Amino acid sequence: MKKINLTIDKRTVSVAPGTTILDAAESVGIAIPTLCHIDLKGTCVKNNPASCRICVVEVEGRRNLAPSCATMCTEGMVVYTNSARVIRARKTIAELMLSDHPNDCLTCPKCSDCELQRLVMRFNIRTMPFTGGEQSTRKKEVTAAITRNMDKCILCRRCESVCNNVQSVGVLGAVRRGFDTTIAPTFDRMFKDTNCTYCGQCVAVCPTGALTERDNTDRLMDDLCDPNKIVIAQPAPAVRVALGEEFGMKPGTIVTGKLVSALKQLGFTKVFDTDFAADLTIMEEGAEIMKRLKAFLAGDKSVKLPIMTSCCPAWVNFFEHNYPDLLDYPSSAKSPAQMFGAIAKTWWCEKRSINPKKVVVVSIMPCLAKKYECEREEFCPDGQPDVDYSISTRELARLIKRANIRFADLPDTDFDTPMGESSGAGAIFGATGGVMEAALRTVYEVYTGKELPKLEFTEVRGLEGIKEATIDLNGFPLKVCVAHTLGNARILMDRLRKGELDYHVVEVMACPGGCIGGAGQPYHHGNIEILQARAKAIYREDEGKPIRMSHKNPDIIKLYEEYLGEPLSERSEQLLHTHYFNKSID
Amino acid sequence: MSEMKLSCEAVRQIEEVCDKFNNDAGELIAILHECQSRLGYLPEPVQRVVARKLGIPASKVYGVVTFYSFFSMTPKGKYPISVCLGTACYVRGADKLLEEFKRVLGIDVGETTPDGKFSLDCLRCVGACGLAPVATIAEKVYGRLNPADIRKIVDEFASRE
Repeated sequence: MKKINLTIDKRTVSVAPGTTILDAAESVGIAIPTLCHIDLKGTCVKNNPASCRICVVEVEGRRNLAPSCATMCTEGMVVYTNSARVIRARKTIAELMLSDHPNDCLTCPKCSDCELQRLVMRFNIRTMPFTGGEQSTRKKEVTAAITRNMDKCILCRRCESVCNNVQSVGVLGAVRRGFDTTIAPTFDRMFKDTNCTYCGQCVAVCPTGALTERDNTDRLMDDLCDPNKIVIAQPAPAVRVALGEEFGMKPGTIVTGKLVSALKQLGFTKVFDTDFAADLTIMEEGAEIMKRLKAFLAGDKSVKLPIMTSCCPAWVNFFEHNYPDLLDYPSSAKSPAQMFGAIAKTWWCEKRSINPKKVVVVSIMPCLAKKYECEREEFCPDGQPDVDYSISTRELARLIKRANIRFADLPDTDFDTPMGESSGAGAIFGATGGVMEAALRTVYEVYTGKELPKLEFTEVRGLEGIKEATIDLNGFPLKVCVAHTLGNARILMDRLRKGELDYHVVEVMACPGGCIGGAGQPYHHGNIEILQARAKAIYREDEGKPIRMSHKNPDIIKLYEEYLGEPLSERSEQLLHTHYFNKSID
Repeated sequence: MSEMKLSCEAVRQIEEVCDKFNNDAGELIAILHECQSRLGYLPEPVQRVVARKLGIPASKVYGVVTFYSFFSMTPKGKYPISVCLGTACYVRGADKLLEEFKRVLGIDVGETTPDGKFSLDCLRCVGACGLAPVATIAEKVYGRLNPADIRKIVDEFASRE
């Protein structure tokens, strides 16, 4: 293909046609500042409305400054990204943004991670020359998962883009006009009265403190200091490959051992592992897959296929809101975190003769929807929640810093038993395709009675939006499909509704890349390499495990022997399975 | 919440309008325009039906309805009042006129009196700048208005059947 040649800051650049000035500059190491723009390359997360004008550059022969994120390179173009005119304009634009922005950076939850704050520092803004009005139509709201403070919104539209174009949830949108414009849920409702799934991807991309997580750190501190409470931790698979970033470590650093040490030092009585419960999920969901498959092969026409995974709470909300006619398709298995809570407050408490009312189960999750999930009524039998509450990876990092722990210097510690042992299959739950791969490892061996020739199912790995594979199960071609982001899930569900979804098993995760890209993770600020490094780390974690199949986890075998009997037994059904509700709004 | 229920006839009308425009989301503004002229205003349930028919999120429809001042989510009065705040009217005291309308009617801009008789809005220029300041009541133009005239004019409409 013919290349386009141009100069940027007196350097010659050669790019493919259709390249923006921003990307062309990036390719030669010139980092033009941006604010509304985000492009998580390789996923569908993208926003470039060219509305903030922070990325403006000077183009020779053009009267106005051009937004580099939305201006294509042309042959012979001469661009200046740092001329006096550009630098002055950028500064003024940022100053105007500050004119109606609350001046409370010191106490803002986004302080030091805020993209607007970074620009202010970068542009050397030391005064606020403009003072503007404060508008009254904006709302503040704390939901189960998300905190909304629209006074801090700079109208970049990133949240609107992900909510509509990536997740197809369509809750957030711009309302009113001019100075009264605000980004709000449909009909200016509260999130809880809309189709919001609490996936939190709006939080993951928000450049400022307008959208953040609901903070549970103070609550957890209080519980950890209460001598009458037994506080137990369960960190999710994706946390251990991202937490290190909050302490300056390279993305993709595995910090499992340090994580356990930190949790112990924080004062958790026991540190168990959600990976263990992921193995348990595979036992139950795997059994359900085989049960439906066998019925299907025996000619039962009423059996619901494909069976769909149900670990992701935002995905559960999504199908409850949008596909109430298809509630029979997803597996009835609870998410690993909820299975953990149910087993901890029964089996573990009974074994130790502990009153479950004294136990506080805290899940540490890459996710914000988990905060909502554990509050669901059906997960609080007799008002006693199985999982008391959930904190995000970011919240844990804040707690560790608050507790004066030097994370990088911590030794490695093992998880406590009996709910700390996990297989490599449990570990890969954190990446898109991971639940499917984990299920296939167990289903293949249990169903065929044969040993798997190769453990890795690489067809279901990677960032492609919808992946498919066919696995030979004793001559039966098992067709599977993996989707991440709810927009891709909607494509599959619409096909299912039309009777055109020809798969046996489908995995869905709401966040781009799966849980590694969850809304509770350290902010990626649009850098896809961070997500890729986390995914690689997840698979490294798997490879490093002596046991790599859920049904071979000795703690899981023990749990079934001692307590549950077998997958889908009466007790398993009672503790580890759930049902879904029609939550459609219309 | 959308406590208000639409009549079957209203739903039929909205669907008819959407069908007329081939349920094309690109025609949203035209569709809303016609829905408002048929139904008088665009409350939440109307927007939901439009969104469902066009296959777009209700938030998109709501965004458009709140963007254009022409669209209204509250029913208009039997005698809609519009006060011109264009430049000519403004310099001749339209703001005082508007204040007097608000005081006499006991409502704010964008609202409707509880008896459903009057609604109050602002607009920019009706092309009668020579008569500034101007207001329209039930599509009749009143020029060279003085705040002192307002009570009498409103009373006259109020006494009509």
